Amino acid sequence: MYRYDEFDHAFVSSRVDQFRDQVARRLSGELAEDAFKPLRLMNGVYLQLHAYMLRVAIPYGTLNSRQMRMLAHIARKYDRGYGHFTTRQNIQYNWPKLSDTPDILSELASVEMHALQTSGNCIRNVTADHFAGAAADEVADPRPYAEILRQWSSVHPEFSFLPRKFKIAVTGAERDRAAIQVHDIGLHLKKNDKGEIGFAVYVGGGQGRTPMIAKKIRDFLPEQDLLSYTTAILRVYNLHGRRDNKYKARIKILVHETGTEELARQVEAEFAQLQGAELKLPEADIEAISTYFAPPALVARPEGWAQLAGAKKADAGFARWVQQNVQPHKHPDYGMVTISLKPIGGVPGDATDVQMDAVADIAQQYAQDEIRITHEQNIVLPHVALADLEAVYKALVAQGLATANAGLITDMIVCPGLDYCALANARSIPVAQAISQRFGSAERQAEIGELKIKISGCINACGHHHVGHIGLLGVEKKGAELYQITLGGSADEHTSIGEIIGRGFEPEKVTDAVEKIVDTYLGLRLSKEETFLQAYRRVGPQPFKDALYGEAAQAA
Amino acid sequence: MAEKVLTANRLTDGIAVWLDASGAWNEALQSALVARHAEAVAALEEIGKRDFSANLVVDVNVVDVEEVSGLIRPLRLRERIRAAGPTMDYAPGYKPADPAFIAA
Repeated sequence: MYRYDEFDHAFVSSRVDQFRDQVARRLSGELAEDAFKPLRLMNGVYLQLHAYMLRVAIPYGTLNSRQMRMLAHIARKYDRGYGHFTTRQNIQYNWPKLSDTPDILSELASVEMHALQTSGNCIRNVTADHFAGAAADEVADPRPYAEILRQWSSVHPEFSFLPRKFKIAVTGAERDRAAIQVHDIGLHLKKNDKGEIGFAVYVGGGQGRTPMIAKKIRDFLPEQDLLSYTTAILRVYNLHGRRDNKYKARIKILVHETGTEELARQVEAEFAQLQGAELKLPEADIEAISTYFAPPALVARPEGWAQLAGAKKADAGFARWVQQNVQPHKHPDYGMVTISLKPIGGVPGDATDVQMDAVADIAQQYAQDEIRITHEQNIVLPHVALADLEAVYKALVAQGLATANAGLITDMIVCPGLDYCALANARSIPVAQAISQRFGSAERQAEIGELKIKISGCINACGHHHVGHIGLLGVEKKGAELYQITLGGSADEHTSIGEIIGRGFEPEKVTDAVEKIVDTYLGLRLSKEETFLQAYRRVGPQPFKDALYGEAAQAA
Repeated sequence: MAEKVLTANRLTDGIAVWLDASGAWNEALQSALVARHAEAVAALEEIGKRDFSANLVVDVNVVDVEEVSGLIRPLRLRERIRAAGPTMDYAPGYKPADPAFIAA
């Protein structure tokens, strides 16, 4: 993985010193809140319902055991013993003191981490496929390009005050695990007929109050033009993006109002000015960055196959976990392990300091010291020998981290909602907990199969409800919480925005409603192989509407 | 007129606080001074402006409450959660909010 060079160390360290001075001046009264607020936001410090919140960047979701131990240490020393992993592959702390934040940032800098650009109208943490560098279906590792984008976009003088925040995601596989089509820029790494590396470029995706699927404006952009083309997009957006209305300020609105063809023309015109000049990426630079992400030297461990077969036979729980949470690796003797942060009835995305330390230990001992955070709020160990899976499983069981539900109905994306967030209108976490408990049995989840529920506590859609197979949006109506249901959303290579199914449900009725939807699916699917999403796309919303509202409609 | 209390977040640590009868910022909603008429609300607002300017607190707001069996209860769910904390088990050693207090 990437290691800071002297410039990075000096840069991050100087920013910590700068923020320490700003906090000191704020606490002494020298700086007023209005002047300080944008400064703290640039360093990831928000003010939420109960306290400040600090969002720490985990670039493209990749970290090592030393960094994970530091995250645990910060949770223990400066917070309430836990952290919350987010859909931008970051971590949030919910209770830090403002007066402690310079020390926290200083400790983070000691392990090459920071909180820069985790807020504000700038280019946010660049996200990537959490299986990058390990997935069997990958064309190329997206992380070197995500790192190049991170370096280029960090405190970029031209792009630090954009009309609105700006999110970029990169994937290197046909199967999109990075949700690139709901990002401001989505980059799909691919090879052309000549075997050259480049990108399909998508622009103008996003969720929030106006969900949009990104439009492809380039089928193949040579890798050396990555920064020239990205700069061209940002320049067009910076110039024409709306600054008069924050709800219309994202690039998705500009793309929509301008039209894809015209916007692409403007981008290409700007690109023509930039192409081949100083932003052209030298091959040597790409290679130098790629070296940091060279795959680990995995030794052959063929004994794992027989061991795994025996262990699965002996322990049904282990077999279920392997089935659900272990994916094929490029190397046949290895697997990619998803550590679910969705225990049945737990808080989605949360991990205690003890759990974080345990993951660090396991990664160091069994997983080449590599850890990933997924945008679905889980943790991944990308390189685990099949021969070590049983030991890893037992270590995870001991920490309550072996829930075998990756990709199943209880593996939900859930925003913090009204339990923490100053913007939320309704709670998300308790709703998720009730659904998780209702569907918690392993047999029932296996019977239902792949089903992604995503829950947001307000229209800002941090819980990605628009792209949930079943999406729940919490709203406030007449002073009470109400949950609107959408069906048919998806954030993969066939991205779709969910359709609102009908009137909303009170908190005590929403789990029943979800159960009716699931039961309807089970009743109409053609076979066990037809997933919820496939079935929904085949039959449309009507059977689900009938199930949810039929009786009431008839009574009326 | 709905009864009102003055709330904010403390500058140094961001913890939610309420103005009490002694003019101090208190972490307990139940210690809050309740304003029952317009002049009292105006006085609260003035204190809020003063303490914001004095860099003691941020995000100052007057919120509607009712008194039920001697307990102060914010009318909005958001403010009840703000006063009582997250409504689920979230960290060892910290209790979730009382469901009876949170209930609509």
